[in-house]
Amino acid sequence: MSAGPATTAPALKMGGRRLPPWVATTALLLPAYGWLLIAIFLPLGAMFLFSFMTATPIGNKEIGYTLDQYKIFFTQPYMWQVASWTFQIAFATTLICALAGFLAALALARSGLGRSQWIFLILILLPFWTNGLVRIFSWTMVIREGGFLDAVVQFVLPEAGSVGFLYSRPAIVLGLVHGYLPYMVLTCYIAISTIDDAIVEAAESLGARWWTVLGRILIPMAAPGLIAGSVLIFVPVVGAFMEPRILGGPQGVTLGTVIEDSFTQGFNWPQGAALSFMLLAVVLAIFATFSGVLRRNAQW
Amino acid sequence: MSDVNLTGIAKSYGGSPVLTDISVSFPSGSFTSLLGPSGSGKTTLLRIIAGFITPEAGAVTIGAEDVTRVPVWARNIGMVFQSYALFPHMTVRDNVAFGLGRRGVKGAEAKRRVDEALEMVRLPGFADRLPKQLSGGQQQRVAMARAIVTEPKVLLLDEPLSALDRRLRQEMQVELLSLQREIGVTTIFVTHDQEEALTLSDQVAILDRGRIVQMGAPAAIYERPATRFAAEFLGDANFFTGRVESGAVAVAGSRITAPDLPEGREVTLAVRPEKISLGAGENGGNRVQARVLNAIYAGANLTYLMEGPGGMGLKVFAQNADGVILPKGAEVTLHWSPDHTILVED
Repeated sequence: MSAGPATTAPALKMGGRRLPPWVATTALLLPAYGWLLIAIFLPLGAMFLFSFMTATPIGNKEIGYTLDQYKIFFTQPYMWQVASWTFQIAFATTLICALAGFLAALALARSGLGRSQWIFLILILLPFWTNGLVRIFSWTMVIREGGFLDAVVQFVLPEAGSVGFLYSRPAIVLGLVHGYLPYMVLTCYIAISTIDDAIVEAAESLGARWWTVLGRILIPMAAPGLIAGSVLIFVPVVGAFMEPRILGGPQGVTLGTVIEDSFTQGFNWPQGAALSFMLLAVVLAIFATFSGVLRRNAQW
Repeated sequence: MSDVNLTGIAKSYGGSPVLTDISVSFPSGSFTSLLGPSGSGKTTLLRIIAGFITPEAGAVTIGAEDVTRVPVWARNIGMVFQSYALFPHMTVRDNVAFGLGRRGVKGAEAKRRVDEALEMVRLPGFADRLPKQLSGGQQQRVAMARAIVTEPKVLLLDEPLSALDRRLRQEMQVELLSLQREIGVTTIFVTHDQEEALTLSDQVAILDRGRIVQMGAPAAIYERPATRFAAEFLGDANFFTGRVESGAVAVAGSRITAPDLPEGREVTLAVRPEKISLGAGENGGNRVQARVLNAIYAGANLTYLMEGPGGMGLKVFAQNADGVILPKGAEVTLHWSPDHTILVED
């Protein structure tokens, strides 16, 4: 068998026959794209189809196709209120996570703790490894009227009334911040730890006080981490339903719980699907807005 | 412009001393190199002057002001780092203007001074670029412009040229020196490159294990090293040890003499390899027999590694004047002047 020209790209040989390179490429890509198709595009496609139906396609009901599901914001104006609450909660959660997460990452990355840094990092990551339901229910024990928080407050100030705030929007935000903070700490930690100490020292040698170093050097240079963390948090928080339901009680009506209700309580899959896609559109719009910023920051 | 004075500076990390009782003065407008191997404490000393490290004992004064407890940002220093440490998210102009902004210089005045500084480092027209769009040498110039634009009292350079290739480094040395002469700022330069230290400085301080072992003008230090370490670290040296008897040290049959030898004491004598010549020379000179072990040919000059009296190793530099390279095993006589034989402390 004669050898091919030296310039030929490496190709698979089977049964002494040379297969064209695209076969190898296809074979290598198949598992990844196959998985993507089965795990994401098929269910998403089905949901997209459902969102145009008049009724849930189970049983022998007559199914028609309609755009009515997407008009929910006009047929049920209270949905505007729900969306507003949802985004308020999501923005508050992201903002608090950004503040607390950035500062925690800053303290971790720049404290000069050396090896013990990892212990602190793991402590911060602990909520990540806790079951979400356990985490959320334990908060109900703490912040309910007469809970642990009240016990502590009343131990210090016996005259004080209850400070329990279970079943309120701050309670939802608290639960969400607790659950999603690690994302922000991790992305910011990575961004901050890549900043050369000499850059901070250079700023100090030029006369910069700590707030100038923070505002002009650390925050701008860690911005990709802050933005990535914010996107990572904002997206799931907008659709969260466990925290609003358990910690929000009657106050906990969000887009996430409405979607969940449509699928379970209301057995109105088309409605839930349409709401999901509207939410997805908003999330993608947010991604599109920030991808430009991320790309610009990635250039150094 | 101000002089810098250190008195009794000491610093240790985890119980092991890094600097011990350093007292040194850097005259106003001078260019001083801190030269030493890694771990000698030269960078620690520079960082103490900058204010990044607080010494355990001693005082730092810049001009008339005691700055020992003054934080970095209030010291009015200019510093250039080995990694340049430019702010990657700012343009060259914003980098250079950063220190001006901290001093409340803004707008047209700031623009004028930034342009002036970039002119001085020969980078006009680069103001709107980002650091990553510049070459290493250009980044180095921006770092320099950023450090001098604020007219600091003292300019601290932490191995600023070590990341550049040889040719560019030599070019930058010349520019650095003329820039320093032009603005006349007291400059302290940390380096482990002896040639760089000799070329650039008014005075060189040699550090070894947290102490300054010798300080003085480059030529004085090179020609008259005080210790074996200084002789070895700055340049090359051959050493002869022995007891002084009737004004000379006997080394395996050869008598080696030098001016003012202390009679009857064990001494170490140093000779620079380029001070040694091939041949018998005049009477009264120092003379030894040696055998060539190896000749290292470098075009314009030659380095001979030889075996001297009693099997000791000798290094000799020779100019390639006649194109003759001594073969391995050749027996030669070496001579040098007693004036070039230096008594050093061990």
